[in-house]
Amino acid sequence: MTVPLSPAPENDDLDHPRSDKAESRLKRSLTTISVSVLPVVAAIIVGGLLLLVLGRNPFLFYSNVISHGLIGSLGRQESLIRMAPLLLLAAGLMVAFPAGIWNLGGDGQFVLAGVVVAALGPQMAPYTNGWILFPVLFVVAFAVGAAWSIVPGIMKAWLGMNEIITTLMATFLGLRLSALLVKEFFADPSTTVPQTKVLPVKDRLPRIFGTRVNIGLVIGIVAILGVHYMMTRTAFGLRLRIVGMNPAAAVHAGMNMKALTMSIFLISSGLAGMAAAVQIVGVDGVVRAEWNPAFGFTIVPLVFLARFNGPAVIGFVGAFAVLQIGGEWASRQADLPNYFVVVLVALMLLFLAVSEYLQSRSVRAGER
Amino acid sequence: MTDILSTVFLASLLSGGVISAVPLIYAGLGEAISERSGVLNLGLEGMMVAGAYAGFVATLNSGSIWFGLFVGGIAGLVVSLFMVGLCVYLNADQIVVGIALTLGATGVTALLHSAQYSKSYPRLPKAGVLSIPLLSKIPVVGVGLFSQHASTYLVLVLVAGAMWFFRSTRIGLNIKAAGDQPHALEAAGGNPRRTRTVAVMTAGFLAGVGGAHIALIGAGLFVPGVTNGAGDIGIVLAMLARGKLWWIVAGAGLIGVSLSLTTALQLIGLNIPIDAVQMLPFLLIIVVLFIFGRDSYLPAALCLPYDREAR
Amino acid sequence: MDDDELKPAVELVDITKAFPGVVANDAISFSLRRGEVHILLGENGAGKSTLISILSGMLTPDAGQIIIDGEPAEIRSPRDALDAGIGTVYQHSLLVPTLTVLDNMMLGTNRSFRLDRVHAQKRMHELTQLLDVEIDPDARVGDLALGQRQQAEIIRALWSSERVLVLDEPTSMLTPQGVQSLGRVMRRLAERGLSVVFITHKLNEAIDFGDRITVLRRGRKVGELEPLQMVGKGVDDLKDEIIALMFGASSAGADANPSGNIEKAEWLDQQPVCFRLVDVEIQGDGPKPILDGITLELRRGEVLGIAGIDGNGQKELAEVIAGQRPLLHGQVYLDDKEIQRLSVAKRQDLGIRYVTDDRHGEGTVGQLSIAINSVIKRIGQRPFWRRTRIRHAVINEFARTMIAEQDVRTPNEKVPIATLSGGNMQKIVVGRELAKGPRVVVYNKPTYGLDVKTMQVVLNQIVEQARRGTTAILISTELDELISASDRIAVMYEGRITGILPSRPGIEAQLGELMTGASA
Repeated sequence: MTVPLSPAPENDDLDHPRSDKAESRLKRSLTTISVSVLPVVAAIIVGGLLLLVLGRNPFLFYSNVISHGLIGSLGRQESLIRMAPLLLLAAGLMVAFPAGIWNLGGDGQFVLAGVVVAALGPQMAPYTNGWILFPVLFVVAFAVGAAWSIVPGIMKAWLGMNEIITTLMATFLGLRLSALLVKEFFADPSTTVPQTKVLPVKDRLPRIFGTRVNIGLVIGIVAILGVHYMMTRTAFGLRLRIVGMNPAAAVHAGMNMKALTMSIFLISSGLAGMAAAVQIVGVDGVVRAEWNPAFGFTIVPLVFLARFNGPAVIGFVGAFAVLQIGGEWASRQADLPNYFVVVLVALMLLFLAVSEYLQSRSVRAGER
Repeated sequence: MTDILSTVFLASLLSGGVISAVPLIYAGLGEAISERSGVLNLGLEGMMVAGAYAGFVATLNSGSIWFGLFVGGIAGLVVSLFMVGLCVYLNADQIVVGIALTLGATGVTALLHSAQYSKSYPRLPKAGVLSIPLLSKIPVVGVGLFSQHASTYLVLVLVAGAMWFFRSTRIGLNIKAAGDQPHALEAAGGNPRRTRTVAVMTAGFLAGVGGAHIALIGAGLFVPGVTNGAGDIGIVLAMLARGKLWWIVAGAGLIGVSLSLTTALQLIGLNIPIDAVQMLPFLLIIVVLFIFGRDSYLPAALCLPYDREAR
Repeated sequence: MDDDELKPAVELVDITKAFPGVVANDAISFSLRRGEVHILLGENGAGKSTLISILSGMLTPDAGQIIIDGEPAEIRSPRDALDAGIGTVYQHSLLVPTLTVLDNMMLGTNRSFRLDRVHAQKRMHELTQLLDVEIDPDARVGDLALGQRQQAEIIRALWSSERVLVLDEPTSMLTPQGVQSLGRVMRRLAERGLSVVFITHKLNEAIDFGDRITVLRRGRKVGELEPLQMVGKGVDDLKDEIIALMFGASSAGADANPSGNIEKAEWLDQQPVCFRLVDVEIQGDGPKPILDGITLELRRGEVLGIAGIDGNGQKELAEVIAGQRPLLHGQVYLDDKEIQRLSVAKRQDLGIRYVTDDRHGEGTVGQLSIAINSVIKRIGQRPFWRRTRIRHAVINEFARTMIAEQDVRTPNEKVPIATLSGGNMQKIVVGRELAKGPRVVVYNKPTYGLDVKTMQVVLNQIVEQARRGTTAILISTELDELISASDRIAVMYEGRITGILPSRPGIEAQLGELMTGASA
């Protein structure tokens, strides 16, 4: 039977994308859509009820979300900007989760890489141009993120230590280390606030066609599509999926489990590091002590809702960015703290679990 | 350097350390019980937040810390019911549901708090302490260790009780079997799902009490994020314990003391980078796990849903 | 025999249970008297385990009735079965390996809140006396030897009441001698008035131990031999009769393999030695090595059988040859090339192949298609991948050829391999290992869980491949299968080879002695 929300979905689509009959493909798409979209609808309804309980008008709230996060030009651009780091983080999880590796250390990897980039960027910027600066910063961010998962990776590959615990711990350590670095080593002496030097606006990522949206969005989309291609079409991706679906079969087929496990950790965490680079070099330009937007934790559910499928991830991340940006504004309007979006995402996940259960039951009933 | 050893400093360090450690012990103990039964409970942080909020409201309105702790436990238990329903009975993925519960409980309590208290930001009076005769009179350590709220001693009794429970009772034995070989438990006439339900609800209650302890006895107020990752630390502690529950107390004590160093150092006006100090217990835990890693023991059926007819 | 003994203690009436795609039990009736050993006989997949799972409460029937002492009873869970006095020893161990023997006994049987160790120890003592065995109650079950573990399982099944004992294929992990002692235990229990149900697919055991035999075939009850029918007949007649029931009338005696043993032996003598193991050793967690000084020489085209009780190092030996498991010291040679340091993939290329005994667990990835599973050991290699990009057309074509050659029943090569029956899945696994130049093939229990027809197809294929020059190492616990297919048979005991015999009928007893550690 299918285990709902399994990290290794029975996704035939990955194996026979083109060879199947149109009819079964349509049916499958409809099922996929209903499994992914129904929870979203249910969550919006229950979230609306919660707003009613809190004495807010749900229709007003949701229309504010849409009008600011999607329709309003400024908000829409904000949403697109927000998508960039989320997409890179999601790409990292798309490598790890199908392989059965629960890298929950995204926030530590993200923040630490952000701190290093924020420290290095303003130092380098006066002496270089973007052609050198950006690639160097991205490589450094990737390396820092990856480095922060070396210990959990080794503990998983050689000692069989559960990576959930080790990556959580690495996150605690990473956040404390980041704060320490910002306060003690990279602090900008010219301000009293503990923060790094600011990367001048002219040295940040170039923008697309006169909008405020920087090319980080393009990098994010390329990363998602690249990972999607890797997982579905290449030998390496197939190996990763087999490791996730049946590790014993991977050993039997002669795969080098230690090397594969390490590369999953390194790629996944490296992408989390790059996500931070996009955020710092593209948007913030500076890191304050105790900075932690907690993108890494909130992105986990989205990757699940999208069933590790690249285009679907882009869709869900886009919708989430609209919710976040629009939600911030709508919450301010409704005089609520900015937590409503988090509740919505949690509701979606819970309904996803229920809808998968109902689906697996109907599949079983159909077999009888 | 004499300041470091001053009475004021050590007393403040110990008493703050104990206050920070107690909720971690509650959480770690709950998680250890849940993991033993085969359910990895990543919703622990959410259960703590729920407990912190509910306990805060209860104490604010009743004036009783004990009532607040109890209501906090009930709130944690209510959150754990989602885990029971979805993971134990509907076989949903424990990790995803755990994350969802943490996100959801954090969000809902923040919204409720803002709806009720965003204007007033009420605080609770300082919790009373139970001074143990004689012991609390010991110089330097006496006040820190033996003059704390009674919930502090309760949690130690609970740890000892849980050890006895696993060794000497039917339900304890069933919980161990449910985590290692649920099919064997079923074949022996036990009920793995019911057993896991009991374990997860116990974990929820304990985490809720732990969360309430933070709000009522530690902070004296509720703000979003008041639990500050205590649930995740609890998960790490349960892992560190590897079935030996006293390790939770030791690990929690270590982390608690390092957390309370912040205030203690401020008290004597010394300025060492506090973030570095706070990294130490985690570095130590990683070293411990690295060295004893091969002995690390997780229940064989951890994270696996139990379904009688699917084998 | 008085009336009371003839009255059934338990009756199953018209039990029906269907799973997706198969009716496992089709209106089966089965009755159990006091003081008898009742054999439930049938080949793999005949529906024995399903029927027993229903009796023991692990499954609930779709239709039918269970009657206990003349009263209709509801058995909806193992708890109900235990309460009705029905204790079961399952095919797959259902003791918790991390707990002690005594803790396992108390699991589920200790109804009070506190565990009563004193009472449990007393009961343990009673039952070890009854069975005439010795087990340390404080040993961890995971540390027990297999035979002892089974005794613990029997004690556990009899713990709350000594009424009905069900044994599901209990002999697969026992030596011939161990099987005999189990037979004595069953007889002892039956004489005390217990009813014993003994499930097996082995004819000899059925005739040796049974008072009564019920035969299942393809989910139906096809016959029942009463005690009176069984006495007075010659063993051979009885066998023929049962075989006719088990496999349908026409196939009786059909699986006797015409042997060309003598010609084959002469031909083999002229073949070069092509595969050698020299002093191979691997270490386990315990003090004893898992493999201890294994030295073997195989000629081209030879079939070497490996006999032994499960868990004496056979699987590890196979994994060492395949390259899945590192060895502590020793050498493995293919022709004169040392290969013990090569990876699984390199050995695969050289023609070293391994048909695993665990086709569900490690042999296949259930969610992936048949096509992908057919090339799972060649991921990234030409022609199936080019510049690391997958070429579905080439892979599908390869799989279609394999499906045709191996006569696999499937709608197409794109369905998930988990949808195949055990036999068809095994054909894919065997076909995969025999593709593209096999030199030395290790078959680990290749017929396990297969129906008789597929079993014969697989064995014939091994022999046929060998005649074409492929060397084979055939690991099995079924002595008759080893004798019919092998040229020589090596016996393993506790990680050592205790003897190698030329294969011929009638050496079973000798093999049995070697299997318990006596040297040749």
